[in-house]
Amino acid sequence: MSDKPKYGFETRSVHAGAAPDPTTGARAVPIYQTTAYVFDDADHAASLFNLQTYGYIYSRLTNPTVAALEERVASLEGGRGATGCASGHAAQMLAFFALMEPGDEFLAARQLYGGSINQFGRTFAKFGWTVHFVDVDDPENFRRAMTPKCKAIFVESLANPGGVVTDLEAISAIAREAGIPLIVDNTLATPYLCQPFRWGADIIVHSTTKFLSGHGNSMGGMMVDSGRFDWTKSGRYPSLSEPEPAYHGLRFHETFGDLALTVHGHALGLRDLGAAMAPLNAFLTLTGSETLALRMERHVANAQKVAAFLEAHPRVSWVSYAGLKSSPYHALAAKYLPRGAGSVFTFGVKGGYDAGVKVVESCELFSHLANLGDTRSLIIHPASTTHRQLSNEQRTAAGAGADVVRLSIGIESVDDIVADLDQALAKSAAAA
Amino acid sequence: MDHERYDDDYIAGILRSVKTIAMVGASPNWNRPSFFVMKYLQGKGFRVIPVNPRAVGETILGEPVYPDLGSVPVPVDMVDVFRASDAVPGIVEEAIAIGAKVVWMQLGVRHDAAARRAEAAGIKVVMNRCPKIEFGRLSGELSWGGFDSGIITSRRGRKVQA
Ligand SMILES: Cc1ncc(COP(=O)(O)O)c(C=O)c1O
Repeated sequence: MSDKPKYGFETRSVHAGAAPDPTTGARAVPIYQTTAYVFDDADHAASLFNLQTYGYIYSRLTNPTVAALEERVASLEGGRGATGCASGHAAQMLAFFALMEPGDEFLAARQLYGGSINQFGRTFAKFGWTVHFVDVDDPENFRRAMTPKCKAIFVESLANPGGVVTDLEAISAIAREAGIPLIVDNTLATPYLCQPFRWGADIIVHSTTKFLSGHGNSMGGMMVDSGRFDWTKSGRYPSLSEPEPAYHGLRFHETFGDLALTVHGHALGLRDLGAAMAPLNAFLTLTGSETLALRMERHVANAQKVAAFLEAHPRVSWVSYAGLKSSPYHALAAKYLPRGAGSVFTFGVKGGYDAGVKVVESCELFSHLANLGDTRSLIIHPASTTHRQLSNEQRTAAGAGADVVRLSIGIESVDDIVADLDQALAKSAAAA
Repeated sequence: MDHERYDDDYIAGILRSVKTIAMVGASPNWNRPSFFVMKYLQGKGFRVIPVNPRAVGETILGEPVYPDLGSVPVPVDMVDVFRASDAVPGIVEEAIAIGAKVVWMQLGVRHDAAARRAEAAGIKVVMNRCPKIEFGRLSGELSWGGFDSGIITSRRGRKVQA
């Protein structure tokens, strides 16, 4: 279904999912701030509860404003459908909820957002799901770590804390051989920079909290289904292929075909896990997504200049940005991220822990906080914040050593961004 | 005729013009896909007549079941095929005999030779699609479930009216 779309990326960013409201003619998507929806009659209600007709029941499952955003993101990714959720973590939860049974396993890249490592390693363990983390730099690691109980592979296209580019094509081939879906977190790249379905991914998840909404003002997540995975063939995905008791024995894949995972995401995932997206957040994310292409162009142009500036700076020992020729990921970035290597990356400040803290505390324009993908430039020193509880060795393995500073470059005037870092680095010299 | 992708106007034209649909392979079980499609299409104003030799004597959603297309006592505009692909050639012959204008094969159902035979007889053919999904897609209802309809429009009206 994802052959070349009729309309360009920018057109879809503005229009997909957002036709004028048929009842009122409202041009912007209205915020449907309602919990529930009236039924025409008892038979209509029955059809809705049986999933026999399209329609709204209750906003924990579906909501018109959220649906507009779901269609927007599905269109931008070239997917069949999408399920909006309260956060990126909720989207990850929803994807695995559809695929996993107690006792099942999956493989994930070791290079992931730290929150995902916690979610997979600790919280998922409570559901009886076991993750095996592998080093993403050699795709063969996934083949070596594969077990008969593995139900999925999970990677980030451009991995947080930045600079790491994943060889999606090689890893999707390994997933296909094993007969399991590849799930790609495309948060840091966005569909403007990277299109994982083109490289064989089956499911894409997003924290729309980041670049898709883009303004640091709304939490959200999205599970996007390519519609291409055959959930019935292997018999290993019973939630999608076997009779579902909660819906009187209906088989999702047989009944809904390539819509199955998205229907499951709403009718079971959101219904039972409850992590629905708020309509206001969907509205803000719709508005943000209209300018995704424009913002990403500026984000990557600014990041490229800032990375080059840092690389030449005497107070900086290394820069991990895949847009730099010095990066071991430069070739992968040229293949998977031809329009730019994103705007989140790390660098090492000379002088270690204290110098790192000093840089962060000396910034006037950069905001010191734990987020990324904002119009504003953001900075954090992982060792003193997000990775504080870990040992030195654990921090280093996670790319969060004492000297590491993470940036999310915003869309301000690039000279001002550079000047702010320059003065902060100068102050760090005194601390070193 | 390209059966890989269909123009929205081709599909919309079919859905706007047909009134009576004979559904071959209709099931009386409420949780079967054909039942979902029949119920939905009835709700959109289509008359759907179930055809299934194994359910003769039964009634599905208020409509008596017929053993074959030739037994259906009213004119049929469209034949909707809920059968395996290898059953399609026989169904196409019956569709030609009763003067149907459209043969529509459900998701996963495709038979290129039978399609050419139908088209040579002046019948419009759709393969590997679901009329419920297509009606929903073109009316805007599919989008309610978070699906990409592929439709971009600055107009209030939709290609088919729910
Ligand atoms: C790559 C990546 N995935 C997922 C998440 C989690 O998203 P959320 O905070 O919306 O739950 C984040 C958050 O930082 C992230 O950076």
